[in-house]
Amino acid sequence: MVGPLDKDSWLGASGKDWDIVLSSRVRLARNVAGVPFVGMASDPDRNEVVGMVRRIPMFAGTEADLTWHEMENMEDRDRRMLVERHLISHQFADATFPRGVAISKDQRLSVMVNEEDHLRIQTLAPGLALREAFQRVSEVRDEFESSIEFAFSPRWGFLTACPTNVGCGIRFSVMLHLPAIRITEELGRVRQAAKDLDLAVRGYHGEGSESVGDFFQISNQITLGTSEDDLLEEFLGAVVPRLVEYERHARTVLQEKKRVMLEDFVHRAHGTLLSARLLGIDEAIKLLSRLRIGRALEVVGSPDLAVIHRLLLNVQPAHLCALSGTSMEEGEETLAARAEMVRNALS
Amino acid sequence: MEHKCDRCEKPAQVHEVRIKNGKKHEIHLCPECAAAEGYGSTGGPMAPQFAKAIPVPAQGQKRRITSCSTCGLSIAKFRHHGVLGCPSCYQAFEKHLEPLISRAQGGATHHCGHIPERQEGHMDRQLQRSKLLKKLNEAIAAEQYERAAEIRDSLQGLGGSVLGGED
Repeated sequence: MVGPLDKDSWLGASGKDWDIVLSSRVRLARNVAGVPFVGMASDPDRNEVVGMVRRIPMFAGTEADLTWHEMENMEDRDRRMLVERHLISHQFADATFPRGVAISKDQRLSVMVNEEDHLRIQTLAPGLALREAFQRVSEVRDEFESSIEFAFSPRWGFLTACPTNVGCGIRFSVMLHLPAIRITEELGRVRQAAKDLDLAVRGYHGEGSESVGDFFQISNQITLGTSEDDLLEEFLGAVVPRLVEYERHARTVLQEKKRVMLEDFVHRAHGTLLSARLLGIDEAIKLLSRLRIGRALEVVGSPDLAVIHRLLLNVQPAHLCALSGTSMEEGEETLAARAEMVRNALS
Repeated sequence: MEHKCDRCEKPAQVHEVRIKNGKKHEIHLCPECAAAEGYGSTGGPMAPQFAKAIPVPAQGQKRRITSCSTCGLSIAKFRHHGVLGCPSCYQAFEKHLEPLISRAQGGATHHCGHIPERQEGHMDRQLQRSKLLKKLNEAIAAEQYERAAEIRDSLQGLGGSVLGGED
C-alpha cells in the first residue's frame, strides 16, 4: 500500500491563491498505437500495455521515482484510499480487468494504466500551480513518448477512446473552495462563467460527483484547435482569476455586510466539530468547509489550513477505516470514530 | 427485397453490413430486437449527449450502418456507449465524428498542439501546418471564408490533405 501523504504532497496549504484554490491538476490521456482502446481490448492486449509501461526506464533501478501498484491484488479499502487522494478514478478502482497505477514518492504524480484510455498521466500540486504541474506532466510524457508510440493523427491529434478528449488530450483543473459565493447566492454567476468559458464544473470527487462543502472542480472541455500552452495561459490568465475574483468579492461582502452571520456559522461549525459524538461524512465536510473559510478570513485563529485539509481527507470512509479500524459503511461505530478523530485533531 | 428479422422473422427495419477480414456479413433486425441489441437506442444513462447526437433514421427508413473494419465496433454501439473501439475508428467513422467533435470543441476541426517526437521527421512541416490550422480554425469560427480559403491554399502547398490524412 502507498504510504501516508506527507507535508510535501498536494494536501498542503500553499501556492498562489491558497485560500481559495486547494489544488491544481493536469491530466493527459494517451493510447498505444495499434492496440484497441481499453473497453474493446482483450485481457492479453491490456496486459501488453501494462508490460510496455513497466519496461519504461522510469521504473528501473532502486532510485526509481515511480512505484507500480497492481490493482487486481489491491484490497478494496486501499483502492478507495487512492480514489480519496485523487490518485485514481472511481471507474478505475471498480474495474475488473488487468490494470495498475504508478505513483511517485511524493504522491503528486500518478499514471493509471488501462483506465478509459491506456494511459492517464496526471500531476497534482497544492494551490494554484498549474504551470508547475504542466511542466512535470510534460517531462513524464516525453519519457513515455521515447519508449511507446502513441495513437496520433495529424488532423485529430492524440486519439482517445472518448472523442471529446481528442486533440491535446489534456485536462487542466483546479479544486476551488467557493463557500462565500454560495452564501451570497451568486453561484449562478459561476455556472454562467463556466458556460461562457466552455468549462466543466464537477464536485469534490470529479466526474459524476456532486459538490459537497462548496468544493468545486473546474476544468477545460476544449482540447482541440488550440495548443497546450494556449489552453494553460487561458486557464491561468482568464478562467481561474475570474472565478477567484467572484469568491473574493463575495468574501468581502460577507466580512463587511454580514459579519455577524459569518461569525455565527463559523463558530457553530467549529463548536460542532469540537463536541459532536456522531459525524456523518457529508456533515463533516460541510462543517470543515465552514471552518476553512472562517480560518482563511481569520474569524478563528486556529487550526492551520493544512490541518483542515488533512481532516478533509481523513474523514473519508477508506482513510477513516485505515486510521480507526472501522467499517467503510456509515454505521454508528464509523460516525463515532469520525467524530472522535475530528475532536482529537482540533482540540 | 424485404428482409425478415434474423431473430424473430418480423419485417426487419434495421440493416447492417459488416465487413471483417474481407468477409461480408449482413444483419437484419426488427425494431424490438434491434433495441435489445443496442441499435438505435437512446442510450443508457451514462451515454454521453455527444454520441447521442448521431441521427437515428426514422422508422421504416433503411440504413447501412458502418462498422470499423479493425475492431468491429458499429456506429450503433458507439452511439450507445459514447466511446470508440480503437484508433482506426476515427477513420472508419470520420464522417459521423467530424460534426460531433467540431460542435463539442467550439468549432475546431484540427489539432494544433503537441506532436510526438516519433513524428520528428515531419516536425518543421507539422509545426508550420499546426500554426496554419489554428489560423484556419479561427477564420472559420469568425466566418472569414476568403481568409480561410487562402490559409487552405497555403496548407495544400505544404503537402498532404487539409482534412488530415496520414501525411
